[in-house]
Amino acid sequence: MMKKEMTPFARFEKMYASDRHLWRLIIMIIVWMIFIALTRFSKFYSILNFQTMASQFPEFGLMSLGVMLCMITGGIDLSVVGVANFTSILMAFLLLNLTNAAGGLPGYAIPLVFGLGILIGAAAGIFNGILVSKFNIPPILATMGSGELFTGLCLALTKGNAVSKFSRVYSRTINNKIAGLVPVQLLIFIVMAVFIWFLLSRTVFGTKLYMLGTSATAAKFSGLRNDRLLIKTYMVSGMCAALGGLIMLANYNSARADYGSVYTLQCVLIVVLGGVNPNGGKGKISGVVLAIILLRMLETGINRFPSISSYYISLIWGGVLILVMVLNYFTENSTRFIKRQMLQQ
Amino acid sequence: MAEGLLRAVDIYKSFVGVQALKKVSFEINPGEIHCLAGENGSGKSTLIKVISGVYSPDSGYMEFGGKRYEKITPIDAIQSGIQVIYQDFSIFPNLTVMENLAFNSELADRRKIVNWKRMRKIATDAIAKINFKVDLDAMVGTLTVAEKQMIAISRALMFNTKLIIMDEPTTALTKREVRNLFNIILKLKERGIAILFVSHKLNEVFEISEKFTILRSGELVATGSTADLDSEKFSFFMTGREFQKKTFVPLNVSKEPIFQAKGIGMKSAFHDVSFDLRRGEIIGITGLLDSGRTELALSLFGIRPIDHGAVLVNGEEVKIINPQVAMQHKIGYVPEDRLSEGLFLTQSIADNIVISEIDSLANKIGILDHKRRSEEIERWVRELAISTPNPDNACQTLSGGNQQRVVLAKWLALNLDILILNGPTVGVDIGSKHDIHGILQKLAEEGLALLIISDDLPEVLENCSRILVMKSGSIVADLDAAKSDEKTILSYMM
Ligand SMILES: Nc1ncnc2c1ncn2[C@@H]1O[C@H](COP(=O)(O)OP(=O)(O)O)[C@@H](O)[C@H]1O
Ligand SMILES: [Mg+2]
Repeated sequence: MMKKEMTPFARFEKMYASDRHLWRLIIMIIVWMIFIALTRFSKFYSILNFQTMASQFPEFGLMSLGVMLCMITGGIDLSVVGVANFTSILMAFLLLNLTNAAGGLPGYAIPLVFGLGILIGAAAGIFNGILVSKFNIPPILATMGSGELFTGLCLALTKGNAVSKFSRVYSRTINNKIAGLVPVQLLIFIVMAVFIWFLLSRTVFGTKLYMLGTSATAAKFSGLRNDRLLIKTYMVSGMCAALGGLIMLANYNSARADYGSVYTLQCVLIVVLGGVNPNGGKGKISGVVLAIILLRMLETGINRFPSISSYYISLIWGGVLILVMVLNYFTENSTRFIKRQMLQQ
Repeated sequence: MAEGLLRAVDIYKSFVGVQALKKVSFEINPGEIHCLAGENGSGKSTLIKVISGVYSPDSGYMEFGGKRYEKITPIDAIQSGIQVIYQDFSIFPNLTVMENLAFNSELADRRKIVNWKRMRKIATDAIAKINFKVDLDAMVGTLTVAEKQMIAISRALMFNTKLIIMDEPTTALTKREVRNLFNIILKLKERGIAILFVSHKLNEVFEISEKFTILRSGELVATGSTADLDSEKFSFFMTGREFQKKTFVPLNVSKEPIFQAKGIGMKSAFHDVSFDLRRGEIIGITGLLDSGRTELALSLFGIRPIDHGAVLVNGEEVKIINPQVAMQHKIGYVPEDRLSEGLFLTQSIADNIVISEIDSLANKIGILDHKRRSEEIERWVRELAISTPNPDNACQTLSGGNQQRVVLAKWLALNLDILILNGPTVGVDIGSKHDIHGILQKLAEEGLALLIISDDLPEVLENCSRILVMKSGSIVADLDAAKSDEKTILSYMM
């Protein structure tokens, strides 16, 4: 009798253990969805609400993808918000110039904005990568510094004001719904997520990234070009951040140096929550995407309770981040124990 | 006839799913130097922990000085005069030498007020017992492994000690430090203290111990006097396999050298090193730890480039400024420290095998060809007999010998001309050591040029055709392996 009951449980345990982070996230999402369904059903479960969420989360979702790549190498990118705003401000100026008297945009404007924006992000990322690899600056300091630098440039360019009054066509285009359902922002996010998934799981670059994150010394002794790998990684992160900035530009229909300033912490939280090891070498995009969805749902859900001020969001995120790291410490400890045993033999 | 100091009889001990000790009996007399040998996982540490009361046996009993115990506590063991020096020494890195030495007795005396003068005296006396000189005020964390060990021994001697047990005391020591340790062991023996030390190094067993006990998979396979043991028997007891020693004879040596070093050097490491290496040849480079041998190896692979002299590959000068250049010229390097330099421990065996050749397993834009990748992995797992149920398992699940095969596979997959190996069998069990030697000799026969850097003299003598001895950064002897022996090499080394 006992035995029969144990088997499915044991099987579930095994499944759970094989991908702890994913399951933990899925369970958290389900629990939250049930909770919201019981308390605020009508205010949450509507197509419009889901569309709104899907058009907002790509802003920080894209930035998180970049942070994830850097964290897999054992680094981090804290400049994503700076890069995003820098890109969006420069592109806002460009749009301002391209806007014609009738308030329209020439046909090439949006492709040009995206092309140039991505290039700016790539350049910013390469700059980070050089600081980290060639000058051996710890990534946390290098990117914090460059983030401040980009934000400073933004302030100098705008004197702290918002750049707006450019043609509404840009914002309207990005806010379109494909087939009347899928927001363009979501599409951009999906394209980028698939691209990075492919990069990590199907290419040489992906394998090298995980190896480099596991041990930079062993990578050097295996003949990997650590510097180039790092520069490429930070470059992709910069490109992701730039795309995030271009979506912010559309969602707010303006650009400002201090938009999205809570996103830095939020991106780190997402990536850690998604199961990426802050020491590098481990992490899957599926976990990060789930963490992005969870966070967006949490925030939107919380907003449905008028009594909880949105000022508490930072507090909640900080608390969740620390909780997740403590939880990870306990799960990681089992592997750390094996490692220690190996070394002692 | 002196009464036995310690007897353990028919000890059984199991852990979840593992029978760590099966009917093991063991005996040691006062003043005896006894070596406990066995491959990794054979139960040596478990036996020590049973003797010292850390684990209680499932069945069996122990006798200390004729008194029978079914079960002992660590306190019983200490009171019976047993002191264990574990691999991590159990000393406090953030305390000074003096504090480490004196605290135990201060605590034991239940003193509440710290008297620095008395502590200094206790500590001075303790290290004087083994003629050890050290700054008493140094933080223990800043000392070398050997110095920490000396402190642990000094501390062990502060009690009424009759038996000191050391778990793999020589693993992290240089040759000179091992020598020093052995001298101390001999002095302790004179004072009637018995020593039980764990080792799986053949030469150490023969050099110092009078008695030996060998465990294999938790069972006692042999015990007796070292005088009756020889290296063939030792290998057989350890592994249960018969090995015939195969001394390397170079067969297909190329006429032209494939690799030449002409007066190469690196500031404050080595200087004026010259040698020629031909296909089919295995050259051994040996020397003490600070002789510059490792720096030489690192420079040949471009990790720390040379600053004078020239390196020629196939007769043409090559500036090896980084590992990529070395690899372009078909040079590979098996590093000294397998765990941190050679392997990505938490990554899969598969990725560890293919990481260096990975670019050739992808198309032009870097998309991996999964079929070719798995073919390569399967090939190397088979060719080097890497024993794993699944190459997707993490590399850290492998034993030392299998891990070293993974490192070898990584380089062989590149189709090299020249392979440099630094300590190819350090920390590898005897069976795998023989296998790896076999692999290296076969590779030479197939036309690879090999350079083995090692301080394991039997290894160099058995596997190399020529031996270069390094001392203080330069080559002091170039010997024909067939015509030399350990004594000759040692005389050049020291
Ligand atoms: N605390 C433990 N729990 C479970 N298994 C253990 C434990 N200690 C040792 N073992 C197992 O017992 C066997 C003998 O281990 P050990 O005595 O450490 O071997 P050795 O010191 O000879 O390398 C190994 O298979 C090891 O995995
Ligand atoms: Mg052990």
